[in-house]
Amino acid sequence: MKKSVFLGTLAIAGAAAGYASAQDGGTLAQVQERGTLNCGVTTGLTGFAAPDANGEWQGFDVGVCRAVAAAVLGDPSAVEFVPTTGQTRFTALASGEIDLLARNTTWTFSRDVDLAFEFVGVNYYDGQGFMVPRELGVSSALELDGATVCIQTGTTTELNLADFFSSNNMSYEPVPIETNAEAQQQYLAGACDVYTTDASGLAATRATFEDPTAHVVLPEIVSKEPLGPLVRHGDNEWGDIVRWTLNALISAEELGVTSANVGEIGGTTENPEIRRLLGTEGELGAMLGLDADWAANAIAAGGNYGELFEGNIGEATPIGLARGLNAQWTDGGLLYSPPFR
Amino acid sequence: MSELHSETALDTAYVRTEMLPEQTPPVTVSGPIKWARENLFSSVWNALMTIISIYVIYVVLVAILPWMLNGIWDAGSLNECREIRDARGGSGEHGHDVACWAVLVDRWDQLMFGFYPSDLYWRPILALALFLTAIAPVLYDSLPRKMLILTALMPFLCFWLLWGGSIWTPIVVALGFVLGWAVVKFGEGTLGSMLATIGAILVPILFWMYLTGPLISGLHSILPIGIQAVESRAFGGFLLAFVIGASGIILSMPLGVILALGRQSDLFIINKCSVIFIEVIRGVPLIVWLFTAQLLLGYFLPPGSNFDLMVRVIIMVTLFSSAYIAEVIRGGLAALPRGQYEGADSLGLNYWQSMQLIILPQALKISIPGIVSSFIGLFKDTVLVVFIGLFDPIGFSNAIRADTDWNGIYWELFIFIGLCFFICCFGMSRYSQYLERKLATDHR
Repeated sequence: MKKSVFLGTLAIAGAAAGYASAQDGGTLAQVQERGTLNCGVTTGLTGFAAPDANGEWQGFDVGVCRAVAAAVLGDPSAVEFVPTTGQTRFTALASGEIDLLARNTTWTFSRDVDLAFEFVGVNYYDGQGFMVPRELGVSSALELDGATVCIQTGTTTELNLADFFSSNNMSYEPVPIETNAEAQQQYLAGACDVYTTDASGLAATRATFEDPTAHVVLPEIVSKEPLGPLVRHGDNEWGDIVRWTLNALISAEELGVTSANVGEIGGTTENPEIRRLLGTEGELGAMLGLDADWAANAIAAGGNYGELFEGNIGEATPIGLARGLNAQWTDGGLLYSPPFR
Repeated sequence: MSELHSETALDTAYVRTEMLPEQTPPVTVSGPIKWARENLFSSVWNALMTIISIYVIYVVLVAILPWMLNGIWDAGSLNECREIRDARGGSGEHGHDVACWAVLVDRWDQLMFGFYPSDLYWRPILALALFLTAIAPVLYDSLPRKMLILTALMPFLCFWLLWGGSIWTPIVVALGFVLGWAVVKFGEGTLGSMLATIGAILVPILFWMYLTGPLISGLHSILPIGIQAVESRAFGGFLLAFVIGASGIILSMPLGVILALGRQSDLFIINKCSVIFIEVIRGVPLIVWLFTAQLLLGYFLPPGSNFDLMVRVIIMVTLFSSAYIAEVIRGGLAALPRGQYEGADSLGLNYWQSMQLIILPQALKISIPGIVSSFIGLFKDTVLVVFIGLFDPIGFSNAIRADTDWNGIYWELFIFIGLCFFICCFGMSRYSQYLERKLATDHR
């Protein structure tokens, strides 16, 4: 309670700072004048954002940052990555230190409304799952009555866990842990029967085990965790740019535009939506205050949504996440971009 | 005596006339066996304890040493490490795992320099060499005193080497200190000591606030000398820990002395300001101050003013450490007998002279163990910056684990980081013991 009051106060102060900065030109003008995009990312989350051996940031969230930078500045490398922690991410955005937060942040009511942020979309539909050793012979989360559960304290997963067990009349014994790294060690050492966190995190963790096949991720997903990029309230033009850059990546996959063919398909195709998207027809870029080839740049930066997914967290990577809910709506998933018209 | 001896030798036939050659003492009362008997097996109970202790040490070493010494140094990822180990048959043969030190080789540059541009690594290395050379005459007074000139220049040179940019920045900032010194030097006669002291504080601050910016850009446009600028965001790993730690240590020492003297002062305002500052800073955990630096300052500063996060952290760490140093030094001041103060007064020394010549040298000597232990704490506390999203070594250990190549590696990174910190802190501790022995003038 105290924490939320504190965050709320900060957010109000931040909103004031946001209006003040909006008066001197808006985020778009600031980014263009600066020549770089300040993009908030995690300090390291497997598959979503982490520096590689050369110090280059890689990952699924990083791909969103690069796409926005490419759309706005024409250069996917014109990004300053600002590592943020769970505690500093919202204030960094509210105070204007970063222009955009792409840090696997769950879209919730209070964050959107009370903290005065604007979630521009969802780039990954996640949900809380359970992992157990295969030798336990458990096939459903409903068989976990009386289990000891490794759980990160102070997260929404802790509350979801309590809700799930009480609504199914089951009891559990929590083993509180602080970080994902600690959780992996505790789980492998047998301090708990079950490890619960977001399903993407479970998959990434399981992939690092010596024998991944000795552990199973149970089918139940007990919470909704739509993760998406967010911007400050009060600068709708900037919010539109980030929202439609994300939509362009999703639409590009639906329309079959990839980083390989984005160069020529705009000129050769007869499909009017592709032509509008890539700027060979219509004035969509100018409406956003960007160049006509803004979306083409964004797609060329790291590929369309599907390419980003497969390259960073998809089944070909060690993390090996299936598309699931994150498939296009035409394939039974939830990705559904409004039309480019 | 010898005469008496020879006489008795004549009377008694079986007394030796010459000395026996010296014999080694029996093995049981000398050398290692004597030591072991006295220290390890002096009683049944002690012998039992010794055997149990040796067994425990043996068990620990048997578990750890093969793991460490058989470690794999040449691999591209944790899975490669595991393959190499399995190919060696390590897992079955020794009954347990081996270390995968390859992560240190693969990420060495990041652990040491963070995101610092790799073609500029010579600059932090040179800065470290310069720092060690410059600090040597302070630590060991057998070295030539002229090296102290280098010590005075070192902070500015190191700053310039690390952050780069125009050479005029450090020169103009240094000019502020020269101004302050000049006010004391030439103003004391005309203004009086009180006004000169206030002037020596105010003039440089005004100079830095209003004149430094235009002066730097002006000089730079006339004579653009500079090296490639590096942003604070590029600092990471042990470079970040050293820069924060060393800046904090160097800056907090003078500040701590001033605060300690302020707390002892009879001047009401100075006294109360010092007390409030020390108690407020000490009463709040460092992590809160770091969050303040990271989060709140962003709101209080006018929007658009980009006050460097690392500078904010250094300021907070310095203030935090100086409050502790002040209390340690106040302990030293309190330990001095009243007579020392009175003696200084009776010699006709003014306040600063008596502090400089009589009080502080003794008080600081008494405070050495406390000061060094504060510094060790400060240096280790630099890892707390991980919570505000800076990539210190611990931050990098998380980031490295977030790479799919190395996800799942723990001990190797933490052992390495711990070892590096231990070497630095142990060095500081040994130096303080050396200093205590050297300065020991009391009768023990």
